[in-house]
Amino acid sequence: MNINDIKSTGTKATRDGFGQGLLEAGRKNPNVVGLTADLLESLQMQHFLKEFPERFFQVGIAEANMIGIAAGLATAGKIPFTGTFANFSTGRVYDQIRQSVAYSHKNVKICASHAGLTLGEDGATHQILEDMGMMRMLPGMTVINPCDYHQTMAATMAIAEHHGPVYLRFGRPAWPMFTEGMPFKIGKALLLGKGTDVTIFATGHLVWTSVEAAQELSAQGISCEVINIHTIKPLDEKAVLDSVKKTRAVVVAEEHQRFGGLGDAIANLLVHNDPVPMEYVGVKDSFGESGKPNELLDKYGLSKKDVIWAVKDVMDRK
Amino acid sequence: MSDISQLKELATQVRRDIIRMVFNCQSGHPGGSLGCTEFFVALYGNVMKHKPKPFKMEGKGQDMFFLSNGHISPVWYSVLARTGYFEPKELATFRKINTRLQGHPATHEGLPGIRIASGSLGQGISVAIGAALAKRLDGDKRWIFALTGDGELDEGQCWEAIMSAAHLKVDNLIVTVDWNGQQIDGPTSQVMDLGNLPAKWKAFGWDVLILENGNDLEAVIAMLRKAKRRTGKGKPVVILMKTQMGYGVDFMQGTHKWHGKAPNQEQYEQAMTQLQPAHLADF
Repeated sequence: MNINDIKSTGTKATRDGFGQGLLEAGRKNPNVVGLTADLLESLQMQHFLKEFPERFFQVGIAEANMIGIAAGLATAGKIPFTGTFANFSTGRVYDQIRQSVAYSHKNVKICASHAGLTLGEDGATHQILEDMGMMRMLPGMTVINPCDYHQTMAATMAIAEHHGPVYLRFGRPAWPMFTEGMPFKIGKALLLGKGTDVTIFATGHLVWTSVEAAQELSAQGISCEVINIHTIKPLDEKAVLDSVKKTRAVVVAEEHQRFGGLGDAIANLLVHNDPVPMEYVGVKDSFGESGKPNELLDKYGLSKKDVIWAVKDVMDRK
Repeated sequence: MSDISQLKELATQVRRDIIRMVFNCQSGHPGGSLGCTEFFVALYGNVMKHKPKPFKMEGKGQDMFFLSNGHISPVWYSVLARTGYFEPKELATFRKINTRLQGHPATHEGLPGIRIASGSLGQGISVAIGAALAKRLDGDKRWIFALTGDGELDEGQCWEAIMSAAHLKVDNLIVTVDWNGQQIDGPTSQVMDLGNLPAKWKAFGWDVLILENGNDLEAVIAMLRKAKRRTGKGKPVVILMKTQMGYGVDFMQGTHKWHGKAPNQEQYEQAMTQLQPAHLADF
């Protein structure tokens, strides 16, 4: 598999993939139910509501209550999908998720849109960059951050079939699509391009950024292995260790704080098994601000040139 | 169990269990547990249709109960054991290492009868609404019961839940408030005044029932039956149940001071002499 073969087939938001995936999951399993806290169309849940009105619950601007109701629905055998922004899906309801969902092993799917800087103009109050860290720390929680429309749709359908609490994180903007027809399995890393000099592990929107960076580096004679880690937890440890064994240098790219996210998950694995030079592409202990998605990614060091820089940096440390 | 004298014997034994459990591990919450003994005995001994064995998490075709104020776990554990969910001898493990009887109720260790963890307050009404909605979707005509503390109503999530139950017309749900007027730091009127509680619930769209003596077993049974008759009419039903914290042990009664405190040897013996007659075997 050559990274130069990966092509974008247009743009669509990951949240649109969630909306379609939820509709399909609802068609396949009558136990799938939906809830929202006054963000129906932001989460693209109107398709599900239209087809299954009796299986959808609008709870108003009350996220804590929504998580509790979802836990109760799951207790009685339903498969609830809650939908609100990532900020209100995690930090605002951490204790509800911790006690009523994670500790109680409830089959609740916490679906979170508008994650990260690419939320854009709404600014830092809404641009959560800590959510994956919070969710990763909860015992038994599966954490998934798909990278494009198709992968988000596949992930949404897959989590309906998986028993246990899941945090599914996606975003607002239209974003390049490139995974159509590629396999999706929870906990299984996706190899996008083989390489020998550096491994780039990327998740979410920064997967496409990393693909573009690897293509540019390829033209400069640097061979990057690009691996999409859509499931942050449980981490596909074998895929990470096998690749690192070959390349001996790592770059991790994610739209998240450098603390707590994919980078820390991989660093933790490597420090115990196979320490190698590693660079993070992520937000450096800072809040975001208003702006256009690409302006923000540029300003906060999450652009293609930042991935390229990190690759060159880490190669110098080999 | 429909014989009231049998239920009263059970209530006495449950109170003995509560004191013994808390004394054994020198920790736990006797006050609220003693105050809600009649409620639990009425619910599990008479009012609810439930099947202890085999315990089914999803509770299809059964009534289900959710405890929001999880710290009163001693009374719940005792009643679950005494109504067949597990052996009463397991009550001796309460709050000890490797126990299924965690300080606050949990599903993690697989104790039969517990459907969700509680202890961090304010979450139980939401959970009960979810279970009630699931029953409605399934066409299951049984009821969802929940208990919440009155001090717990300080939590904002309770009012989110209370508002949504009325909006979603959850009319197979009966929430009871343990209206004992006490919380950890003192009387609720001093810590955080609940104001006109019946008017608040009514304004939020609930059918409100008031039980003047929640420590009168027959009155509790009658009220729970009445609440069941009030369901199915488009509104959730709440029972504001006045109880005395620590009821049944004179020095623990009517004060917040035994909210989360264990008796010493002398106090333990004094309590045991008051909790008579003991016709059932202690664990």
